Amino acid sequence: MSQGTIQQRKDMHTISMLVANKPGVLVRCTQVFARRGFNIDALVVSPSVNPKFSRMTITASGNPETLDQIIKQTAKLIDVIHCGEHTRQDAIDREYMLLKVKGGSPSQRSVIRKLVKPHAHILDDSNGALIIGQTGTTEELDALEEKLKKFGIVEMVRSGKLVMAKGKEAT
Amino acid sequence: MSSTPKIKSKKPINGAEALIQCLENFGVEYIWGLSGGAAIPIFDALVGSKIKLILVRHEQGATHIADGYARATGRPGVVLVTSGPGATNTVTGIMTAHMDSVPMIVLTGQTISPMLGKDAFQEADIFGITMPIVKHSYLVRNTNDIPRVVKEAFYITNTGRPGPVLIDLPKDVTSGSFIGSTLDPDMDLPGYKVSGKGRLSDIKKIAKLFTESKRPLLLIGHGAVLSRAGNAIKRLAYKLNSPVTNTLLGKGEFPETDPLSLGMLGMHGTAYANKALTRCDLICSIGSRWDDRINGNPQKFCIGAKKIHIDIDPAEMGKIIQPDASCVGDARFIVEELIKYVKPCDTRDWLKELDGYRQQYPLKFTQEGGLTAQYVLHALQEITQGNAIITTDVGQHQMWSAQFNLSIKGQNWLSSGGAGTMGFGFPAAIGAQFGRPKDLVIAVVGDGGFQMTFYELSTVYNNKLPVKVLIIDNKYLGMVRQWQELFFDNRLSGVDLEGNPDFVKLAEAYKIKGIHIGDVQECHAKLKEAIEFNGPVVIHAEVIKEDNVFPMIPAGKSAYEMIIEPPSKDKKLEKPTGST
Repeated sequence: MSQGTIQQRKDMHTISMLVANKPGVLVRCTQVFARRGFNIDALVVSPSVNPKFSRMTITASGNPETLDQIIKQTAKLIDVIHCGEHTRQDAIDREYMLLKVKGGSPSQRSVIRKLVKPHAHILDDSNGALIIGQTGTTEELDALEEKLKKFGIVEMVRSGKLVMAKGKEAT
Repeated sequence: MSSTPKIKSKKPINGAEALIQCLENFGVEYIWGLSGGAAIPIFDALVGSKIKLILVRHEQGATHIADGYARATGRPGVVLVTSGPGATNTVTGIMTAHMDSVPMIVLTGQTISPMLGKDAFQEADIFGITMPIVKHSYLVRNTNDIPRVVKEAFYITNTGRPGPVLIDLPKDVTSGSFIGSTLDPDMDLPGYKVSGKGRLSDIKKIAKLFTESKRPLLLIGHGAVLSRAGNAIKRLAYKLNSPVTNTLLGKGEFPETDPLSLGMLGMHGTAYANKALTRCDLICSIGSRWDDRINGNPQKFCIGAKKIHIDIDPAEMGKIIQPDASCVGDARFIVEELIKYVKPCDTRDWLKELDGYRQQYPLKFTQEGGLTAQYVLHALQEITQGNAIITTDVGQHQMWSAQFNLSIKGQNWLSSGGAGTMGFGFPAAIGAQFGRPKDLVIAVVGDGGFQMTFYELSTVYNNKLPVKVLIIDNKYLGMVRQWQELFFDNRLSGVDLEGNPDFVKLAEAYKIKGIHIGDVQECHAKLKEAIEFNGPVVIHAEVIKEDNVFPMIPAGKSAYEMIIEPPSKDKKLEKPTGST
């Protein structure tokens, strides 16, 4: 990972929202971020326990002073039930990543196989390329990416953070 | 709303008929609109309805009329237009209402559902286009959803911080059979929270800050007007012995003629109100959002003073100014509660100091060198004594009118504040006159702005509305010319309106009386004649071309840097850094 990316990650915020499943709710939320100069790095929309609502998790970078305003403006939207920032102290976060690495020679492939153990899985090994999948924290996925760089990463896709607040209350 | 809204007849109805019955049940008196293909089913359903359909000449006019009606009455204005260009013509009006927190329902026709997204004739994604400028919006997909959507829209538009709600209605949805069982279904708004009466602990914290203050200042904004907090504010101000200033949109909720009133503050506010900003040790905003026209530069705003913020919108807290104490809720309830916990402040020295500024820096104007806008507006004040609804466009005439036309009541000053929309004043006056037919309504407009929406003279004539239009004609886009003179070496660019029409003849073409005022001698009498005329009048006041609004705080500067007197011609002023 480049220095630039590390620097950027420091201004990264994870915002979780519970929204009503109404048309346009995703656009309304992302407009609040875009208008105030926040770059959305990852966005996950998924069903919640109640089929009437969805959970949205946005990982975004930008001026922390603006973040408070963004959260308030998002919370104000009619279809947003809850919106708040989460940190490592109050929530668990995980991401999933798929990486495609050039296979090269059989010996190289076996080096890669050893390297990715025990956390990552080889999901495909065909046509001269390996597809590797791993679940973990953002830092763990960054570390795997760094390790595999020298073999030539052809493609990478990451789910974006999923977060869940600790404690017995729903948020 | 009537107690049990029932479907009028047993005979099957379509979506449009259900829609109109719902609007009737909400007590809608008027719909301002312009028809078109995709909206025909809705216009059809209006035939025989007790709602009066007012055909306007342009959809922007309809939105400003609805806006003026809402500002003057507190009831949401309803607009009905067709799809495509009909819908996009409402954008400026929706944005104007949104910026100033005005309740409004905009119904737009839309192409049939199966054609959505296929570039159908007169298709525009108005739901998408307006998303950032509405409080909420709907694209109705199912005929049976109409009553719920209408009920939610009326609830959303005029509760909490009001704002426009758009309902996009595909033609197959309005012409389809309505087979729902009720026109009064449950709402489904799990995410909508309306701030209530404010937390007592917050109110007590605010009261405590007042006890430590020697130089308090109350700042009244549009939120106070919307919550009708005037009487409570009066009691609070007199209990505290605190001076009061108001924003452009807060005019009148606390009478500007009251001895405790300093009038309007901000960029072109009174010098004494702005001096108060630089000297107060506490400022308490009641329903204002510390807009950039007021603070100039948030870093240098009321340095050292405690800031208190009372607002119904939690997102306003800390947006511009970080408050020392705040309370989220309805202004009237909070102020009424606050009165119980504050103690009188000893403000004798403070009020004396402010009176000194008032003597030293009064608002003034000249009677020499030709007719000035200030003279005309001052004469208007003498005639009306504040007993009129005044609407304005944006620019020099707006600021002069705000300075000289003192408001003594809330809901009597209707001006496009946040949006600064040219062409707002005249149609807004029409809406105000519809809503308050017995009141005197005067649109104070610029020659530039009036030419953007004068087509609604037809609406005035057709509906026999006694609206008075006072055109302050200086043949310039005056405020921009003022900036170019002061900050851009008088390099005039895109401001010259030479070749304006003869506005008296223009009025006469619409069968409306026109009166021309050209000099100081005839001004008062002619203005009085116009105001007292039983019917609509267009008053064309030709004023001197080059005149500037003072005091002035250049954009981006603080009240400490206010320019009170016109600077000498050779003094070079730096270009403003603030927004517009």
